[in-house]
Amino acid sequence: MQIQYKYHPDNLAISEPVIKDPKSLKTGEMIINIGPQHPSTHGVLRLEVVTDGEVVKEVIPHLGYLHRCFEKHAESVPFNQVIPYVDRMDYAAAMNNEHCYAMGIEKMLGIEDKIPKRVEYIRVLVAELNRIASHFIALGTYGMDIGAVTPFLWTMRDREHIIRLFEWISGARLLYNYIWIGGLFYDLPVGFEKRCKEFINYVRPKILDLENLLIENKIFIDRTAKVGTLPLDLAINYGVTGPILRASGLAYDLRRVDDYSVYPELDFEIPVGKGEMGEVGDCWDRAWVRVKECYESLRIVDQCLDQLNGPHKRTRDFNPQALVPKKIRPKAQDLYVRSEHPKGELGYFFRTDGRADTAIRCKARSCSFSNLSVLPEISKGYMLGDLIAIVGSLDFVMGEVDR
Amino acid sequence: MEFEKIRQLLSERFVDAVLGEDLEASPNALLIDRKKIAEMCNFLYSSKETYFDQLSCLTGIDNGPEENTMEVVYNLYSIPRAHHLMLKVTLDRKKPIIDSVQHIWRTANWHEREAFDLLGIQFKNHPDLRRILLPKDWEGYPLRKDYEEQEKYHGMNVKYDRDQYPDDIPQFKNQDADSI
Repeated sequence: MQIQYKYHPDNLAISEPVIKDPKSLKTGEMIINIGPQHPSTHGVLRLEVVTDGEVVKEVIPHLGYLHRCFEKHAESVPFNQVIPYVDRMDYAAAMNNEHCYAMGIEKMLGIEDKIPKRVEYIRVLVAELNRIASHFIALGTYGMDIGAVTPFLWTMRDREHIIRLFEWISGARLLYNYIWIGGLFYDLPVGFEKRCKEFINYVRPKILDLENLLIENKIFIDRTAKVGTLPLDLAINYGVTGPILRASGLAYDLRRVDDYSVYPELDFEIPVGKGEMGEVGDCWDRAWVRVKECYESLRIVDQCLDQLNGPHKRTRDFNPQALVPKKIRPKAQDLYVRSEHPKGELGYFFRTDGRADTAIRCKARSCSFSNLSVLPEISKGYMLGDLIAIVGSLDFVMGEVDR
Repeated sequence: MEFEKIRQLLSERFVDAVLGEDLEASPNALLIDRKKIAEMCNFLYSSKETYFDQLSCLTGIDNGPEENTMEVVYNLYSIPRAHHLMLKVTLDRKKPIIDSVQHIWRTANWHEREAFDLLGIQFKNHPDLRRILLPKDWEGYPLRKDYEEQEKYHGMNVKYDRDQYPDDIPQFKNQDADSI
């Protein structure tokens, strides 16, 4: 019985061949292969780079090393059992994935207006906490990519507090399965609001520290300002969304555009890149927008906690699973649902036939997939070291690119 | 712009190209003739009234060998005008060929490669149509309804044979939704 991978020197050339023909290279040009196992590619991304000396001429991304057949799974298991798979798409922001998925199914079932306000506020609370955690990873690893180790340790330390809070809520550190279709797994644990408030007061000065240490750092500015500038029209044409699009100068945030969940009742700003250190839409702007978004998310969390302590207080008979449907069988329809994920627009396309409790087709439009596709366009003409800075500033998670 | 107005605009401009509409879909959908899709997308993108500058999502769907059709679904969004539109195109399953729209929205480049990779839909005039998620030497298109995975891949067993691993976890059966 053969279950072992049979090594053959030609296997890579057969399955993932180099696209650029070495014979077509000009004098001084060479092909450099970065990845799939390379710490600065943030996962298992392989980049085929054509360079002239140290100047990048062409970048060809090779994807698929983390493909786990999400869409095939989503066609074969019932809707409620897909949620754990959804977690594993962007494992750095699982709550946001769940929130969008649950919203889509609720919309298909027609129960999106019946969800209790307390459930909605808890969903937004955990989604925003997870947004902060995701941005902390983005900023910390970005600093590490271009040579600053301390911010990484700081952000990981502060992110650990968020993860401990989530562990208390759901029992899991990264992949929560907490937001269910029609409700939640559990209500918040007793005493959570107080601890969360303490966390906000703790973390706000820490973000300021991070800003002083990393974002305003001379070396960081030198490495990122005027590097990888993404013009607005190109960004929209490539389907780039999220902090990257906002860094290019457009205040486009689906939390405000679509006004889903309880976001219309919450007060927050949309930070937009201004090109303070170089040009609008360069790598520095993207990092700066993420830091500013952390502050805004903290404001949202604060307001959610006020609501959860005040008008939508915990009651003894409140059951967050009360509306969870026993049988999830939406009528036959096509539906596209989208929401603002930390990395951009996360969308799901569903097709149901009205007879089965599984989807006929479930496509995930992941934000990292579209955000990554702009890389070959914006990295031309920069140094190889700048390519690493550009890759880091795009902040993709390969689990979401490959699904 | 309202869906009804977009439909009127398109059916006046492209006679016989709008085959119908689907008001159950969210956002509302138009059924489009396969041959006119690139032309129509170009119009929707460049016209001042519609101005769909963002292609949110491109989905390929296989309807199975019984219906013998495939579909490509385009989800368009206009950022300045703030309106949605869904376009649906039905293809023949034996010869699923459609014009590429990647020259209009570059988002479509990778999305079309994905649809080609997982469903085997051919996109005409696509500059770089090759597999994106699966390796080049993978056989078949996994999201087709009649897909059978290959026996071996580089010496590894691909098919999971339960008789070979009797001590493995028991097979889960999907409970019938009615009995729950």
